[in-house]
Amino acid sequence: MATKKTTAKRNAAPKTAMDRVKLARDPKRPHIGDFISLICSDFEELHGDRLVSDDRALIGGFATIDGEKVLVLGHHKGATVEENMEANFGMVNPDGYRKAMRLAKLAEKFRLPVVTFVDTPGAYPGDTAEARGQAEAIAKSLEFFAGLRTPIVVVVTGEGGSGGALAIAVGDTVLMLENAVYSVISPEGCAGILWRDGAKAPEAAEALKITAPDLLKLGAIDEIVKEPAGGAQKNHAATAANVKKSILKALKSLKGLATDELLDRRYSKLRAMGNFFK
Amino acid sequence: MSWFESKDKPKIPPAKALWAICPKCMSHFEKQVWKDNGRICPKCGYHGRLSARERIASMADEGTFVETFREVGYSDHLEFHDATGPYKEKVEATIAKTGETESIVMGTCEIGGHKAMLGVMDFAFMGGSLGTGTGERIARACEQAIAERRPLVIFSASGGARMHEGILSLMQMAKTSAAIGRLKDAGLPYISVLTDPTTGGVSASYAMLGDINITEPRALIGFAGRRVIENTIHQKLPDDFQSAEYLEKHGFIDKIVERKDLKAFIAKMLNYWGF
Repeated sequence: MATKKTTAKRNAAPKTAMDRVKLARDPKRPHIGDFISLICSDFEELHGDRLVSDDRALIGGFATIDGEKVLVLGHHKGATVEENMEANFGMVNPDGYRKAMRLAKLAEKFRLPVVTFVDTPGAYPGDTAEARGQAEAIAKSLEFFAGLRTPIVVVVTGEGGSGGALAIAVGDTVLMLENAVYSVISPEGCAGILWRDGAKAPEAAEALKITAPDLLKLGAIDEIVKEPAGGAQKNHAATAANVKKSILKALKSLKGLATDELLDRRYSKLRAMGNFFK
Repeated sequence: MSWFESKDKPKIPPAKALWAICPKCMSHFEKQVWKDNGRICPKCGYHGRLSARERIASMADEGTFVETFREVGYSDHLEFHDATGPYKEKVEATIAKTGETESIVMGTCEIGGHKAMLGVMDFAFMGGSLGTGTGERIARACEQAIAERRPLVIFSASGGARMHEGILSLMQMAKTSAAIGRLKDAGLPYISVLTDPTTGGVSASYAMLGDINITEPRALIGFAGRRVIENTIHQKLPDDFQSAEYLEKHGFIDKIVERKDLKAFIAKMLNYWGF
């Protein structure tokens, strides 16, 4: 009986924003590698920004989803300690954002849609990242993706960590997994500044409104993708199946739009965000 | 009772009342010296912060500045509360103190005879943070600039996105960058002046997107905070890290321009480009 109770507890719906933060950061949650292998029938990764390096925290390549050819881009956190180290825990350097733009330009050239998977604690806060222009790389990405002449579908799968997430999250349809979070600052960071106590993260998480239902209400995302009971980490295949369905639906609805119409629609969506003064 | 415990010791005014202290090199000057020098450190050349109004007075030709979008202000859509109270109270106190209604003052003007759209951020307004009102003013400015064929000049001074406005403050980074992109596509110039300090979500959006990015000597410009970086790499960073000079050396700034030369420099660029 005890085990039954525990299982029920483990599968209980998250009650607080911080519960979702924990689920979003669960190392057993499906990561980009899982999504690619469960959603795409093939994937060919391409490397490098042609300037400095091949950033392992952001990977990209061409893939097929149910017969649709697309470019996949996404944060790479890794599941094991070795993978975490290689991927810098999903914290991207400027090189990664420049690689993303290079590959997306290629997708635009051949009129292929772009699908991005967002899961990062934030852009890498390191001295080399600053020296190579972290701010400039993120800024340029925002301008670039806003003007990219091909459909973009974004899926926030885990942690949407501020500017480091947003740099590959400007798109035509923004999907978000039920227990993913997406925020201007981490709850710990916000608590440290506004509460002067990092331990107040649960309060900050609540106040910042970072869960998928909150973001849908605020108009920051377009659709919530359901997770299996207890969270995505319980069943990767079921999670991926839901994500796949939503991606295909989004691609289908965007396909019919003329490019200028697509870009006007994307601009209007961004333009409406936080405009309380009509 | 010893003399140093005496209750009637002479009252010495606090140092702050007599001295101006350069925040960069910590040199002390008489307040009048600092003021007479235009808040520029006579020793290290650091350019002290100006209010938006002071900056506008130094940039716009006399009598040409017409403020726009003043009615577009902050939004408390999250009804945000933190340990020290509601956001609404803080921002209202800031409005009362500064006389501004958002962290950027926007308007049309002429700069050395060239018509322009001018936006100036005020660090005294919630740390110059990027709120929904700030982003909305910038997006509207881009659209008006396109309609009236005006070059856009923005002076940034900001700690980054305004967390009290949550995800929608983050989205202002995308919104302003998209609007800047449209302005550039329309063949109009955008000059970004990154003043002390320009960091976080503002440096990572419109501030770094200038057709040219310029700054003043010794300004602090960066993405992540110094302490965050030091904790990440477990090393002390050099003094000049994230300075205007450091950014110029690494290729992200077109030119460091002294305050007294800024207006003439901007007018010269607009002249080169035929505006």
